[in-house]
Amino acid sequence: MLTRYLFLASPPAFCARAGRWLPWLWTLAALGLAAGLVWGLALAPPDYQQGEAYRIIYVHVPAAWLSLLAYLAMAAAGAAALIWHLKVAEAAVAECAALGASFTAVALATGMLWGKPMWGTWWQWGDARLVSELVLLFLYLGVLGLHNAIAEPRRAARVAAVLALAGVVNVPIVHYSVEWWNTLHQGATVSKFAAPSAHPSMLWPLLFMGAAFALYFAAALLARVRAALLEREADRGWAAEFLDG
Amino acid sequence: MARAFAALFMREWRLAWRARARLLQPLAFAALATLLLALGMGPEPEPLAAAAPSLLWAVALLAAFLASSGLFRAEFEDGGLELWRTCGLPLAWLLLAKLAAHALLVSAPLALASPLLAVWLGLPAAGIGALLASLALGLPVLCWVGALAAALTLGLPRGGLLLALVALPLYVPVLVFGSASVHAAVAGLPTAGPLTLLAALGLLALCLAPPAAAAALRAGQD
Repeated sequence: MLTRYLFLASPPAFCARAGRWLPWLWTLAALGLAAGLVWGLALAPPDYQQGEAYRIIYVHVPAAWLSLLAYLAMAAAGAAALIWHLKVAEAAVAECAALGASFTAVALATGMLWGKPMWGTWWQWGDARLVSELVLLFLYLGVLGLHNAIAEPRRAARVAAVLALAGVVNVPIVHYSVEWWNTLHQGATVSKFAAPSAHPSMLWPLLFMGAAFALYFAAALLARVRAALLEREADRGWAAEFLDG
Repeated sequence: MARAFAALFMREWRLAWRARARLLQPLAFAALATLLLALGMGPEPEPLAAAAPSLLWAVALLAAFLASSGLFRAEFEDGGLELWRTCGLPLAWLLLAKLAAHALLVSAPLALASPLLAVWLGLPAAGIGALLASLALGLPVLCWVGALAAALTLGLPRGGLLLALVALPLYVPVLVFGSASVHAAVAGLPTAGPLTLLAALGLLALCLAPPAAAAALRAGQD
């Protein structure tokens, strides 16, 4: 059972595996994003209150989901890097942080663009999700800054991993500390799995976009980790073989 | 193990006492920061008094942050950290002693001086008790989280701004609950809720900060 995952322990095996998966992942992600955009922006019905403007959720909500998913991936990679000293996991910490920071920035920017027409304000300090998303961005930037400041890549990854794990404790606490204040954010659209408050004709394209974003994240992460491993191990024989063959 | 803990704790006290002028530096910083904020707010007393709970908490937070920034520098430079790591005792246990002493030495002066700053800013008298209690509970958390950040950035060139980027996001919940308790006290509302949550954060930080700082020191210094 566990031998199936042994390729994660060896940079050459990981790069070979990533090379086989990447064309499929990129194709699926590109098709999914294109189809999801057409579905969400053109085919889904307009909202009875927000009209056409609500359609930004097809970018905003998947980006916010992925910003959290990338954090969990970063923390898991960090734990693996600290416990097993896996080179692949060490490389994944900073790459997850870079991708997660961009998802967070997209979620914040689209959220503000949405908030101005819908709430009448760009920013609302009392809203738990806005503020915790901003704190999440700073946690990502802290991980990236720490990683960049240490020249030796393996040590940089392990130090950044400690901060990533500390942030896992912090994010829910930040969320609930701000949630105490009255919140303006509309209730979660999808988290109530028993009875989602969105109509299925709007919900399905949203879930589809979420899956497409996740595919993009997987493809970009594999490509970036592979590049980072090749850069770090450029003086090893397998890297030269990999790049030639 | 208990003897090592006590010895390390007493060492921190003695070091602090022999350089006792340094204990006042966070207070001088807090007074100066309060002065700047008050001047920046303008001469009207009402807005200043209304903002006083938030200003006082922000000032105390920054003072505790700066006081924690160089926490391991002396041990890093004189090699003491190496000895702690290799002496056979759990590093987290030794750090617990150092962090306990550090939290007391930073939090107690700041919390005790805070009523003076509060009166200076015109904070209503009803808020002073909550200010003292919330600072006494919250400042140790800030010291411990700051110690983790200091351990993460130890030995890095130009670590100062990076230290802020690492530590300040982790400070958010303490600031929210701390200033919320003072605002509630000024408004005549019960303060038990935020104060209890601050105490919970304190226990959480007490349990997690020493092993996390130990992991950071081990990851960064080999």
